[in-house]
Amino acid sequence: MGKLVKLRIDGREVEVPEGTTILAAAAAAGIEIPHLCHHPELSPAGICRLCLVEVDGRLLTACYHRAAEGMEVHTDTDRLRRLRRLNLELILSDHPLDCLVCERNGTCELQRYAYEFGLEGNRFRGPDYDRQELPAREDNPFIRYEPEKCILCGRCVRACEEVQGRGVLDFASRGFSTRISTGLDRALTEVNCELCGQCLAVCPTGALTERARRFRGREWELRRVDTVCPFCGCGCRITLHIKDDRIVRVSGGYRGFRLCVKGRFGLSFVHREDRLRTPLVREGSGFREASWEEALDLVAERLLTIKGRYGPDAIAGLSSAKCTNEENYLFQKLMRAAIGTNNVDHCARLCHAPTVAGLVAAFGSGAMTNSIDEIVDADCILVTGSNTTEAHPVIAQEILRAVRRGATLIVVDPRLIELAEHARFHLRQRPGTDVAWINGFCHVILKEGLWDRDFVRERCENFEEFAEVVERYTPENVEGITGIPADALVEAARAFGKAERGMIFYSMGLTQHTTGTDNVLAIANLAMLTGNVGRRSTGVNPLRGQNNVQGACDLAALPNVLPGYQKLADPEVRGKFERAWGVKVPERPGLTVVEMFQAALEGKVRAMVIMGENPMVSDPDISHVAEALERLEFLVVIDIFPNETTRFADVILPAASFAEKDGTFTNTERRVRRVRRAVPPPGVAKPDWEIICELATRLGYPMSYSGPAEIMDEIASLAPIYGGISYGRLESGGLQWPCTDPDHPGTPFLHEGRFVRGKGRFHPVEYRDPAELPDPEYPLTLTTGRVRWHFHSRTMTGRVAGLQELVPEAYVEVNPRDAARLGIGDGDRVRVSSRRGSITVTAVVTARVPEGTVFIPFHFGEAAANALTNPTLDPRSKIPEFKVCAVRIEPVGK
Amino acid sequence: MREGRILLARRVNRQEIVRKFPRREDQLLPLLHALQRANPQNYLTPDDLRAAAEHLRLPLAAVYDAVTFYSMFSLFPRGRHIIRVCRSPTCHLLGAIPLIEALERELGIRIGETTPDGFFTLEAVSCLGLCDRAPALMIDGESFGPLAPKDVRELLTQYREVKR
Ligand code: SF4
Ligand code: SF4
Ligand code: SF4
Ligand code: FES
Ligand code: FES
Repeated sequence: MGKLVKLRIDGREVEVPEGTTILAAAAAAGIEIPHLCHHPELSPAGICRLCLVEVDGRLLTACYHRAAEGMEVHTDTDRLRRLRRLNLELILSDHPLDCLVCERNGTCELQRYAYEFGLEGNRFRGPDYDRQELPAREDNPFIRYEPEKCILCGRCVRACEEVQGRGVLDFASRGFSTRISTGLDRALTEVNCELCGQCLAVCPTGALTERARRFRGREWELRRVDTVCPFCGCGCRITLHIKDDRIVRVSGGYRGFRLCVKGRFGLSFVHREDRLRTPLVREGSGFREASWEEALDLVAERLLTIKGRYGPDAIAGLSSAKCTNEENYLFQKLMRAAIGTNNVDHCARLCHAPTVAGLVAAFGSGAMTNSIDEIVDADCILVTGSNTTEAHPVIAQEILRAVRRGATLIVVDPRLIELAEHARFHLRQRPGTDVAWINGFCHVILKEGLWDRDFVRERCENFEEFAEVVERYTPENVEGITGIPADALVEAARAFGKAERGMIFYSMGLTQHTTGTDNVLAIANLAMLTGNVGRRSTGVNPLRGQNNVQGACDLAALPNVLPGYQKLADPEVRGKFERAWGVKVPERPGLTVVEMFQAALEGKVRAMVIMGENPMVSDPDISHVAEALERLEFLVVIDIFPNETTRFADVILPAASFAEKDGTFTNTERRVRRVRRAVPPPGVAKPDWEIICELATRLGYPMSYSGPAEIMDEIASLAPIYGGISYGRLESGGLQWPCTDPDHPGTPFLHEGRFVRGKGRFHPVEYRDPAELPDPEYPLTLTTGRVRWHFHSRTMTGRVAGLQELVPEAYVEVNPRDAARLGIGDGDRVRVSSRRGSITVTAVVTARVPEGTVFIPFHFGEAAANALTNPTLDPRSKIPEFKVCAVRIEPVGK
Repeated sequence: MREGRILLARRVNRQEIVRKFPRREDQLLPLLHALQRANPQNYLTPDDLRAAAEHLRLPLAAVYDAVTFYSMFSLFPRGRHIIRVCRSPTCHLLGAIPLIEALERELGIRIGETTPDGFFTLEAVSCLGLCDRAPALMIDGESFGPLAPKDVRELLTQYREVKR
């Protein structure tokens, strides 16, 4: 942290690191200096002049000036009090004093100081301009701006620029008519705004507020519950503010205020009228309401009959990355202990199975190696196959923060994603050619002697075989395969090779390929070669998509492992679970998601239990899924909303949403956090864990727990990586696994000093073509992904009015050159067809996609991209090739 | 058709102007001035702002900030020539108000307005740095002062003749 400086503040001696501001130094000494324009997470601006202090008779702004050795600071003299009062009066001179009906009444920082200084009215008035004439703006679904309440502190401007990297806000005009504007006063929805609400979160007054909270409750009327955001794998801590059992607003987030549009504004789905409120049982072509008794009895009876007739393996279950750890644990226990099959899987198969397969082989653990708060200290960051800004917004913010601090950003992605705009290098590979460029990176790093010899020698094995293979991947060869210019590849590889602390981030763009596991192995090679494993701010960091996909994997909602990634094949492990569970644990690995549907088609799987998943949108080749679901003798779905999959159900059981139950989620950085019940579930809906217990009991395997805390204790006793985790410890914050005993502090980064598997293993991997290449009949490459406004199959976000408004329907991005050739204009309706099906969507002509490639977001059931995608599997991890398939596009009759 | 051609000419012209400026933040004001001068109606259009933002790689909000902050820039059409008359203290004491009144009378417009023939726009501004010649005004780049109300007619007539 560098040198310390000693100074005196109001006579008190203080010692702080060099570079600390006077404001922060005073705070460290317990002295609060009034301030309005300053926010601890933003750069100092020196605008409001409220923080003036005296140093040797000189007036300095404490937020801006740094503490220096021997400084003598006074923060509370008569002169200062007078000046501060005057400054505050000037700020208030054009303020409406609307506190009676202001949403920030009670939490407003301006109001607080006005009260403390005892200001009763305005001595000053603007001459010929009345700011109160500037109307409030509600030109976007979520954020309200009232210029008259704006004190022009500029916090929002800085938050947008510094935290979000957008810079869409700035001051406009001068004097009394000064206001915050997007430039030309365009609506936020017309500019490059993400509606993240960072600006709103830092606003000290009622100038920026949530539209939805208006007149729904003032702060002291609201109950607060700390919990975890239910959307993405960042797993942000949020606080729900509740009145009359309804969520009024959301606060909190990374570093106390950073969230994304979904977490901040997307939770109203909880209160939707169309939530499932009561069990439903099929009757003819429709459903009728039923009691829990009736519905559960029916499910148990049907499952028992099918098990009796065809054996336990005729039943398969899909667990959910949206449900809690405790529920995932119980679900796999239901399948394994109560039903007696290993046929349990969940949607991680569709995103990160190659990560688990690849990283376990190379390192011994399949999880993200490092932590989110280490990003800022990395000096080189490589992002590939992850549209981080959209899928993991808070991680993207941290990457930007690192870039602002001087880190080199390398983005390898065919699309011009937003991070690419901040990158030193943007390499655009042909979809499906990742092994080639990664090997190319290794080739350059080896050739130029930039590799970490000591690390490779001491901590890794199988290096020679690997080196032999990458020898052939010269930049020229790689250019031939990937289309990445050789010199750009060399320069980017050099930058990564030279980095002291290099971090690699990737996501589904790397895994959803028939070569998914190879891609991951290649990335692991690159990290080992450069010694970027086992230290702070390094590592291989797969970004897990859903809020609890990490936890669902950890707790073995997977067909081939037991909780904590313990080997099903190991008799000792099975013995441990058999003793705890009191039944025999089936030995044969179960079916994966795609195999389950195949087996259903073949009549081998007869019944399914689906909890919180919507395979009708998220799985590849959905007409095949529909047929499979149709074929089942019995399907029970547990969910919070009716969706494309519940249509096929025989029984639908209504579940509690994340806001209505207790439990834990594990985020992408392996951090286990408490989810807390904030409001009651609608109707008679129940938490999934209760439903599972009742079902298991009816299946002849009694399960009863006093609550999720007790389930977690059982998990801790069986899964060593969760061994030290208990609700008591989680009260004071999250814990990162491995956390093996009650005194273990948790593990921010893995593989320190030693890989989990002992030595890190290099795997030579060769480039193979994607399973389906463009040909004359289907000349374009389709790739799929998500957009930041929506989440997964939209079961939740599709029900949030504002989010739906922003991106109401599916579209296809087409490069302008392809569009011109095909006679397609921006906004035209087009038909996109592959060998498996076709959909009709609107064309968006944009250079974001390279020539020859088109992109469709996968969130939309009515125009499901997955009607087109290729279910060919990666032979090792069984992931389908979502990211690449061949399609053709044609305009549909105008 | 004809209008189309003018618009196109403006666009080409704009790109030519913009390209002359190095891509540096400190070029913002000179670039905006150049764009405004090139517009016969003496103002900046949204497209001008966009072109400046794009060229200097600045957010549009920052360009808009500058344009709305400095009174020299206008976002609305103005006359071909801008009269800026000072009303800061020195000029005020030495007779800015009668001068302004004379200007308004002579031009038949109020402060902030443009003559019907589009020749002059009259603006009131802060100190022009011509206090030694107060009360003073500027027409475009040229300064005049001290001026009495009775000088106004001649000044305007002369100016019209010279610039016609
Ligand atoms: S912003 Fe603050 S001071 Fe202004 S009206 Fe609202 S509560 Fe009162
Ligand atoms: S919502 Fe986010 S992106 Fe939009 S203006 Fe506010 S901080 Fe900037
Ligand atoms: S909107 Fe809020 S944060 Fe932005 S300048 Fe105004 S008072 Fe400050
Ligand atoms: S807090 Fe220091 S000037 Fe505003
Ligand atoms: S006061 Fe008018 S020019 Fe200075």
